[in-house]
Amino acid sequence: MSRCAVLGTALVLLLAGCGGSADGDAAATPSDDPAGPSGTLTVFAAASLTDVFPDLGERLEADHPGLDVQFNFAGSSALATQITQGAPADVFASANGSQMAVVTDAGLAAGEPRVFAANVLQLAVPAGNPAGVTGLADLAREELAVALCAPQVPCGAAAEDVLAAAGVTAAPDTFEEDVRAALTKVELGEVDAALVYRTDVTAAGDAVEGIDVPEAEQAVNDYPVAVLADAPNPEAAAAFVELVRSEEGQQALEDAGFRVP
Amino acid sequence: MGTVRRREPGVPLPLLVPAVLAVAFLVLPLAGLVVRAPWGELGSQLTGPAVGQALRLSLVSATAATGLSLVLGVPLAWVLARSRARGRSVLRALVTVPLVLPPVVGGVALFLVLGRQGIVGRWLDQALDVTIPFTTTAVVIAETFVAMPFLVISVEGALRAADARFEDAAATLGADRWTTFRRVTLPLVAPGIAAGAVLCWARALGEFGATITFAGNFPGTTQTMPLAVYLALQQDPDAAIVLSLVLLVVSVATLLLLRDRWLTRAVR
Repeated sequence: MSRCAVLGTALVLLLAGCGGSADGDAAATPSDDPAGPSGTLTVFAAASLTDVFPDLGERLEADHPGLDVQFNFAGSSALATQITQGAPADVFASANGSQMAVVTDAGLAAGEPRVFAANVLQLAVPAGNPAGVTGLADLAREELAVALCAPQVPCGAAAEDVLAAAGVTAAPDTFEEDVRAALTKVELGEVDAALVYRTDVTAAGDAVEGIDVPEAEQAVNDYPVAVLADAPNPEAAAAFVELVRSEEGQQALEDAGFRVP
Repeated sequence: MGTVRRREPGVPLPLLVPAVLAVAFLVLPLAGLVVRAPWGELGSQLTGPAVGQALRLSLVSATAATGLSLVLGVPLAWVLARSRARGRSVLRALVTVPLVLPPVVGGVALFLVLGRQGIVGRWLDQALDVTIPFTTTAVVIAETFVAMPFLVISVEGALRAADARFEDAAATLGADRWTTFRRVTLPLVAPGIAAGAVLCWARALGEFGATITFAGNFPGTTQTMPLAVYLALQQDPDAAIVLSLVLLVVSVATLLLLRDRWLTRAVR
């Protein structure tokens, strides 16, 4: 239903022929400019943004006919590696500061990265919670099948912090390569619990239940976004970042379970 | 290398140019790894306990997967090549599906059958208290699923190319089909089986997608070298290059050794 509303809004904006960007400090909203962004925009975004960014991309495309927005969703660290190896990306949205730092340290970001959202970890259990998980302490139970993200990826680093803050020594059965892989195993009912982002629990719908963990406040992940220095399409990149940080973009992020600054 | 070396007038140009290009295409990425390898920190990277663990697990599970593929795959290849049953072409297409299936999808499919909630796995879990996912067994199963078709295709090809008159002769001399298979067919296609086994082993050794999906990633139990390489790449690309080189050197060395000890003898 929210998708309908989104499409409807986009259509109205398109028909009215005026950009609806609510960002007051922008000198000109993108579609006031007849030339406007066009061509292809390539956005490299953290896997956890999979359910929000395509909608925003469609809105931008609706505002700018002739613009084609492409997404590459993967673990932030994999994306950072791809960017430092010369992948032709316009925008990088990372799930934590340290992977953004990999890109900025290499001098590959244009300007300062801006934090546009934050995510906290939540315990995800299969629908019905068959193992009766109630909190972080259950992750130490040997008889449960438990998935954590690998410490090399942001959700794993956050999980380590949260577990340390709670004083829990988890007994995981697997260290997943990214947060969506951990979530998939919960959805399939193959693990009894996993520490994933709140947004992933929201995205999984009825197949997964989320359990809040107070200790998660110890490791809130900030999501920075930056236009890249070698962006093939800097104009469209700036428009996308602006949309993400606009009221409209922030609302979409909030609906998906993110916290917004 | 060449055993047939009489009157060799050289390679015709239309073959030589693409062949050289092929070599460049296949070898340059490896050269890239060697050039970029942080030789200075090689020692410290290699002595980490995780490397030995992952390497041992890779070798053991790839070998087990090859063994399982031989036990199941050679008979399957025989059925595909020799039986007159209808629907063989459909069967062939079905069993080679893992060749085209993205391995991650293969991993999910394995969950649906052998996972805790899977068709067979649910029963295993409840009746026998056996859970397969996230164990070394799951690694072997995932690798076998992906690698066995390579063996089946190779052996089937060898069986088709083998001279069927030897089998006919054995049959006229009174051997039953099982005896004929053991005493005549198997020795006849041994080089094909060896080549298929090597291919299967190499594929199993490099397996990533099905393994990380179905078996997960846990050091010592399910973290094979390709998984270790992938995760190292997330944080420390230099370590990933070192790990890749280790896997490369070990696999090439093993294949060369096998070739000397076993393949050439079989070919003769």
